[in-house]
Amino acid sequence: MTTATARPIRAIPRSWIALGVLALALLALPLVLRSDSRLNIAILVLVYAALAQAWNILGGFAGQISLGNAAFFGIGAYTSTVLLSRWEVTPWLGMLAGALVAAIFAVIIGYPVFRLGGHYFAIATIALAEIVYTIFNDWEWVGGATGMLIPFARDIETGRPTNSLYYLQFNLGKAPYFYIALALVVLVTVVTVIVDRSKLGYYLRAIKNDQDAARALGVHVLRYKLIAIAISAAFSAVIGTFYAQYLLYIDPETTMRLELSVLIALVAILGGVGTVAGPLVGAAVLIPAAELTRQQLGGSGNAIDLILYGALIVLISIFQPNGLMGLVQRLRHRGGPRPTATPTEQQATAREEAPMLGGYEEERG
Amino acid sequence: MDTTLLLQALTNGLLIGMVYALISVGLTLIFGLMEIVNFAHGEFLMLAMYAAFWASVLLNLDPMVSLPLTVGGLALLGLVTYRGIIAQILNAPMLAQIFATFGLGLFLRGLAQYLWSPNFRTIERPWLGQISGGTVNLGGVFLGVPQIAAAILAGVAFAALYLFISRTRIGLALQAVAEDKSTAELMGIDSHRMFALGWVLGGACVGVAGAVLASFYPITPTVGILFALIAYIVVALGGFGSVPGALVAGLLVGLVQEASPILFGVPTTYKYAVVFALYLVVVLIRPQGLFGRF
Repeated sequence: MTTATARPIRAIPRSWIALGVLALALLALPLVLRSDSRLNIAILVLVYAALAQAWNILGGFAGQISLGNAAFFGIGAYTSTVLLSRWEVTPWLGMLAGALVAAIFAVIIGYPVFRLGGHYFAIATIALAEIVYTIFNDWEWVGGATGMLIPFARDIETGRPTNSLYYLQFNLGKAPYFYIALALVVLVTVVTVIVDRSKLGYYLRAIKNDQDAARALGVHVLRYKLIAIAISAAFSAVIGTFYAQYLLYIDPETTMRLELSVLIALVAILGGVGTVAGPLVGAAVLIPAAELTRQQLGGSGNAIDLILYGALIVLISIFQPNGLMGLVQRLRHRGGPRPTATPTEQQATAREEAPMLGGYEEERG
Repeated sequence: MDTTLLLQALTNGLLIGMVYALISVGLTLIFGLMEIVNFAHGEFLMLAMYAAFWASVLLNLDPMVSLPLTVGGLALLGLVTYRGIIAQILNAPMLAQIFATFGLGLFLRGLAQYLWSPNFRTIERPWLGQISGGTVNLGGVFLGVPQIAAAILAGVAFAALYLFISRTRIGLALQAVAEDKSTAELMGIDSHRMFALGWVLGGACVGVAGAVLASFYPITPTVGILFALIAYIVVALGGFGSVPGALVAGLLVGLVQEASPILFGVPTTYKYAVVFALYLVVVLIRPQGLFGRF
């Protein structure tokens, strides 16, 4: 896993060979992993990679730090599940419906909330997500705090749980889930690359660096922020549907809590915000580490995993605020023509790597 | 509508609102100084409550007696947090600042769960709970003595803090740094010492709040989460960096939370959702909060 993801980092972005090798390695991964628990971690990596990538469009490119993206994820999970369990609608349609509902919701809340900046925006997203959580937690029609079970797709003849593409449910092995999750990651990443290279990407970065300057230059700030949050919400919801179908059970606690919102942002930050590869790298490093520590140490609820996780976050924030992609870029710079950079030069490169910093200082001024 | 019921709710709201205000004032003070939000604030509160709990179990001291110890301990925690973490990230991107304190919060919560288990703890027979049987009856409105004492102590602490920052030389220096750091430095004020002082005061305030809450609120490693969420709302509602704003917003949140089930028939499980909605409505009209300078 780590070798597969470490390889393209050195060679990106233009090396198609490395990309091909990575694709093959990923396609072959379910054959290599073989055990369900390891495949489960791989699927979780993909789920979080996709969620962090979706977060990145809003938080990384546009610089609007959302700590409420779990609400979009949960809305996606609930929309498809309600449609499926009440009206037998296939989760594939439910997925689209969830994306639509989440995008509409995002635009409606975006209108007012985007008037806020910095910490105010982050706290407003927390408040909104908590409202959504509270509502679902007490809404009996969608199962309240106990959540909703998705019934097994059963073989008509034997009555045993079976695979069903129509019901997006695979009870005979996790490999199909892996490939669908992989396809979702590819989809979100392709959209991110398109955004990155399109006018929209430039507008979003301009908004992040200096919103007032962008507005003065004629960028319709609110419109592009709304587009960013709608894309972010729609993909988060799509992954929510997938996650619901993967676990076949959802409740507000696991799909809508602040912890999930934070983890999504954290994956992107660890990898490197505002870069295409960052969220993918972050997920590939953080999720297996978190899952394995939980399995090895925290199984009895003694919270050692939480202690390590918290300490790790603090250390990253202090020593590597630009994420792993920042580290990679720094190493590459070090290998270049100027092996030793003066402190000011290092600061200058750090600033290029994280346009956030520039924008932040201006905000402080 | 039952008037007694409404009066009861309003009084409860004011009492808990005072505690909210005290928890929030530390946050707002720190933000006013250095534009950093302490996302571990809830865990500071949690540790203060545990400090009071262990003082009662191990040293046989009532939370009211161990209060100075709790306050001192939390002030020290604030200082250590500033020196160890915050001083390193003063010029870091906002994301790094958010997540540094967030990580600290997770760390402290994990530590508490590891050391003291996730079980609920309550302090046996606190003094405040025994005065006149723990409740007083004011014309049909029943008030818990611990809650009244908590509100009074919170008020005293709040007043002391306000007098300190508005009437003493050090307090004025603190305000000067909050107003304009570089000019204050030109006047010979060491801004780093003032930042450290901000964290010490923030820790001390949350220490008082934790000690008074411990007499009547069950203690768990996750107890800080809800209080912290409310404190962020209070701080944003009152205006980041505004001390009077924290008081007004704290009381407002307490009143809305307790009165909304009676006034508007909101189910009590939704009372926090109403508070969050109130915050959203206010910041939409005044993005800088009630008393914010922006």
